Amino acid sequence: MTITEKPQQQYKVIGTRPIRHDGLEKVTGRAVYGADVKFPGLLWGAVLRSPHAHARIKKLDVSKAAKMPGVFAVMTGADLVDLESKLVDMGEEIDNLAYTTKKLMADDKVVYKGHPVAAVAAVDLNTAQEALKLIAVAYEPLPVVLTVEEAMAPGAPLVLDDLVGEHLTGEARNTNIAKHTRYEFGDTAKGFARAAVTVERTFKLTMVHQGYIEPQNATAQWNQDGKLTVWTSTQGAFNVRDAVASILKMPESNIRVIPLEIGGGFGGKIPIYLEPVAAVLARKAGRPVKLVMDRKSVFEATGPTPGGTIRVKVGADSAGNITAAEADLRYEAGAYPGSPVGAGAQCIFAPYRLPNSRIDAYDVVVNKPKTAAYRAPGATQAAFAMESVVDEVAERLGIDPLEFRLRNASREGDRRADGPIFPRIGNVQVLQAAKRSAQWNAPLGAPSAPHKKRGRGVANGFWFNGGMKSSCNLAVNKDGTVAMVEGSVDIGGTRASIAMQAAEVLGIPAEDVHPTVGDTDTVGQTDVTGGSRTTFATGYAAYLAATNVVKQMMGRAAKLWEIDESGIEFKDGTFFSKSDPELRLTFKQVAEKLDETGGPLSATGTVNMRGAGGAFSTQIADVEVDTETGKVDVLRWTVVQDVGKAIHPAYVEGQMQGGAAQGIGWALNEEYFWDDKGNMHNSSFLDYRMPTALDLPKIETVLVEVPNPNHPYGVRGVGEAPIVAPVAAIANALRDALGTRFTETPMKPSRVLAAIKGGTLDGAATAASSNGASRRGRR
Amino acid sequence: MTTQPKKARVSTTVNGQPVDVLVAPYQSLLEMLREVLGLTGTKEGCNDGNCGACTVSLDGRIVDSCLVLGAEADGKRVDTIEGMARPEGLHPLQQAFLEEAALQCGICTPGFLVAARALLEREPHPSEERIRLWLAGNLCRCTGYDKIVGAVRKAAALDGAGNGRAAG
Ligand code: FES
Ligand code: FES
Repeated sequence: MTITEKPQQQYKVIGTRPIRHDGLEKVTGRAVYGADVKFPGLLWGAVLRSPHAHARIKKLDVSKAAKMPGVFAVMTGADLVDLESKLVDMGEEIDNLAYTTKKLMADDKVVYKGHPVAAVAAVDLNTAQEALKLIAVAYEPLPVVLTVEEAMAPGAPLVLDDLVGEHLTGEARNTNIAKHTRYEFGDTAKGFARAAVTVERTFKLTMVHQGYIEPQNATAQWNQDGKLTVWTSTQGAFNVRDAVASILKMPESNIRVIPLEIGGGFGGKIPIYLEPVAAVLARKAGRPVKLVMDRKSVFEATGPTPGGTIRVKVGADSAGNITAAEADLRYEAGAYPGSPVGAGAQCIFAPYRLPNSRIDAYDVVVNKPKTAAYRAPGATQAAFAMESVVDEVAERLGIDPLEFRLRNASREGDRRADGPIFPRIGNVQVLQAAKRSAQWNAPLGAPSAPHKKRGRGVANGFWFNGGMKSSCNLAVNKDGTVAMVEGSVDIGGTRASIAMQAAEVLGIPAEDVHPTVGDTDTVGQTDVTGGSRTTFATGYAAYLAATNVVKQMMGRAAKLWEIDESGIEFKDGTFFSKSDPELRLTFKQVAEKLDETGGPLSATGTVNMRGAGGAFSTQIADVEVDTETGKVDVLRWTVVQDVGKAIHPAYVEGQMQGGAAQGIGWALNEEYFWDDKGNMHNSSFLDYRMPTALDLPKIETVLVEVPNPNHPYGVRGVGEAPIVAPVAAIANALRDALGTRFTETPMKPSRVLAAIKGGTLDGAATAASSNGASRRGRR
Repeated sequence: MTTQPKKARVSTTVNGQPVDVLVAPYQSLLEMLREVLGLTGTKEGCNDGNCGACTVSLDGRIVDSCLVLGAEADGKRVDTIEGMARPEGLHPLQQAFLEEAALQCGICTPGFLVAARALLEREPHPSEERIRLWLAGNLCRCTGYDKIVGAVRKAAALDGAGNGRAAG
C-alpha cells in the first residue's frame, strides 16, 4: 500500500507500473551481460591467487607458463606501475589508487587469501588454468591479524608497512588503524547522569558478501592507435574508465568503457578488480582478453562488507526521552583502508533526536579482502547495535518500542549527531505508518508446535542517499517517440524510472521513450549506479532534458502557427495557443513536422546533485524459533519506508523486498567462516547460505510518500535504506521470543540453540530482565 | 605441458533443432551452450550447482547445466531460455514476469523461467508453498522472491493481477 502526504500531485505516467523497457530482452535470454561478449580471436584470462592471507613473495617465476603452447601473455604485479597515493572518488567509496593497484595484483607481499599474484591469457580457459599451475611462487608466511581486536592490540603484526593512519587530528605510523574519527555534541556525561535507565552493550559482526549472482568479468581490446575498449559489468562505467586511466597512466579519452547488463552489484561492483588486468594481458597478447571470476574468488577476493565490533550506550529519563548516547564503531577495512565505518558512524544515531552524543569510528586493516560498499554500507551493522540497545531501553522503561522511537524521533530541523541539520524527512510518518500497519496490529498467533516460540521485533534504519553527477540525452523521432541515452547502468529497472520522468514532462506514454544505457563515449559523465541515486539524479537529468525538448518543440509550434512562442502553452502532451483555441497540436503532431520546422531536435540534461533527502525504513519481523534445533523461521515481514515519490511503485516495492531479504539472510545465516590463518571455509553458495524462496515469507510493503523538496517529483533514493533495519528487527524478535538478547551475527541455529540451553555459543547474553519473553501486552 | 584432449562429437537437439557439436571431454553442458553454440541466455553464477542460474531442461527434466557434461547431452533434448518464446508471442510465464516486475538485474531470470515452466508443465496449479519449494534451487539476490512467486502464480492463473504485490 502507499500512503501519500497531501497535497497530492496528479501525474499521468509517474506512479504507474509500465513494463520495463529492457524487460523483453531479459526474459528471453537475449540481454547481453558482461560474460556474454565474444570477439574473433578472443583469449581467456585466468588469475593466480595467493593461498596465504599474509606472506612475503620471495620468488615468482612465470617463465614456464609463458612458454606453454596456447599461452599468449603472462603478467605480474611488476606490470602495473607503482602509483603515488591519490584518492579517487569511486562514487560510494573513496579509493586510494596506490592501494588499488596493489589490490589488483600483489607487489612483494600478499595481504589476503585470494590476493592476485599473476595472470595469464591463453587460447581457452582450460589452457589458461593449466598454465597457472606452471607458475612458481615461493611465499614466506607472515603472522595474520584477523579481527579488529587483534589488529588494534599493541605490538600487532602490521598489515601494511607503509600505512600512515589519520588519528583524529594527528598522523600515526606502525599502526593498523587507518583512521579514527570522532563526532561529539553536548555533554554525554551530564546526559547519562540524568538518565533513569542506561543500557550499554557490545556487538560483534562477521563479514558478509553482497552475493550478486553474476561474478565479476571484464574484456579488453586495444586498437592499433593505442585506444582501449573495455566491456564490463560495473555499476559505473565512468568510474572504471577514470580508474583504469590512472592505473595504466593513459588519458581517459583513450579508453572507452562499455557497460554491459549487470547481474547484481549492491555496491560490490563499484570497485575495479579485473579491468586493468584484462587490459595489460590484452596489450601483451595483441588480442582481446576476457576474464570472468569464479565464485570462490568472488567470495575470497572481492569486497564484502565488514565485520567488526560496535559498543553502544544509551540513557533515557523516566519519561522516555533519550538523554545521551555514545557509540564506538570498529570496522574491518580488509587489507587496505576504507571500510564504511564513517557512514556507519553518521547513520547510527540518525533516527533519533539526541541532546548529547559522542561517536568514535575506527577504520582498521586486517588480513581479509578489502571491503566494498554493500547497500547502505556500514549502516546495517550500526543499526543492529543501536536498535537493539534502544529496544532494551524501551523495554526497561515499559514503553512500547514504536512509541519510544516516535517520542525520540528525529524531524526536520533536528541536528544529526555528526552535524548536518535534517531537511524534510519522513521518519515520524514512517514510524506512525508502522504503528498502523496490518502486521503490527495482528496477533502474533500461537506457536505451531509446543517446542516452538514466537516473537515480534521492530527496528528503524536510516540511509542518506546520494546525489552526484548524471547525464541524459534525448532526441525526438518524427513519429513522436523519443530516443533516450542515459549514463546510469540499469541494475534493477532504472531505464524505466528515468524514462518515465521524461515521459511525464513530455506528456507521452512511458513506452514512447526508448532508453539506452550509454557508454563513456556516448553520454556525459555519470557517476555510479549506487547510493540510491539513479532515479533521483539521472531522473533529474532526464527531467531537465525533457523540459528543454518541450521548450524547443514550442518554438517549432510557434513556427508552424506563425505566432510568438510566448503565446503558446504546453499541457498534458498538447501545445496550444493561449488566444486561439483552434490552434492545438499534440507532441506527436509537432514531431511529425520537425523536418519542416528546422530539422532534428535533441536536448541534453546534466546535473551534479545534492540534497538527495535521506530515507527511513522501519521493519517488523515475526519469527518462530524451534527450541530443539535453534532454527528461526520468519513468519511475516513488513517494510515501511519513506520513498519520497514512487516513480514505478512495483520496482520500489522490489527494492524494499530485496533489501529486507538480504538483511534477513545477514541476520540468520550469512557469514564468512574463517579459520585462524585467514582462510574462508565457506566460499560457495552451498556453504554461504543466502535465503531461497523457501526461507522467506511474503514481504509486505508500505510506501510512505514524503516528497523530497529537492526533486521536481519528490524522488528520494529507495534502494539502500531497506537493508538497514532487518538484522536488528530479527534480534529484537528473538529477544521477544526467547528472552535472550543476541549481540552477534549471524543468529544461526547453533548460536540460538546455545542461548536456549542457557549458555553462550560466543556472545549471546542471557537477559537479566525478570519479566521474560512477550512482555508488551499487545497480544 | 598439457596437450588438448580430443573433442567428442555430440549430436543433440537444442530448442527443437538438431545440432552436432564438438565438445571437449571436460566441458560442461553450460559451457557447450554458451561457448560452443553461443546460447548465452543460460547464465553462470557459481559453476558448482548451487545457484540455478544455469538451469536448462534435459529430456524434460530440469538440471543445473554446469553439473552436466556436454557429452551427456548426446542423443538428448536440451531446452533453454532461448526456446521459450514462440514467434507469435511470449510464454505466459515470461509475460507474467514482465507484468509483475519479477526481475531486477535479470541474471537469475532465465533460470527461474525454465524451472517454473517445468513446474507448471507438471502441476498447472501449484500452491504458493509448492512454488517456493520448487524454486528453492534458484537463487535470486535482488527481489526477495515475492514478485517471482507472484508472477508464477499469475501465469498459473491462480489469481488475478494483484497477488504478486505487497499490501500494507
Ligand atoms: S551456475 Fe550452475 S548452479 Fe550456479
Ligand atoms: S533479479 Fe537479480 S538475481 Fe534475481
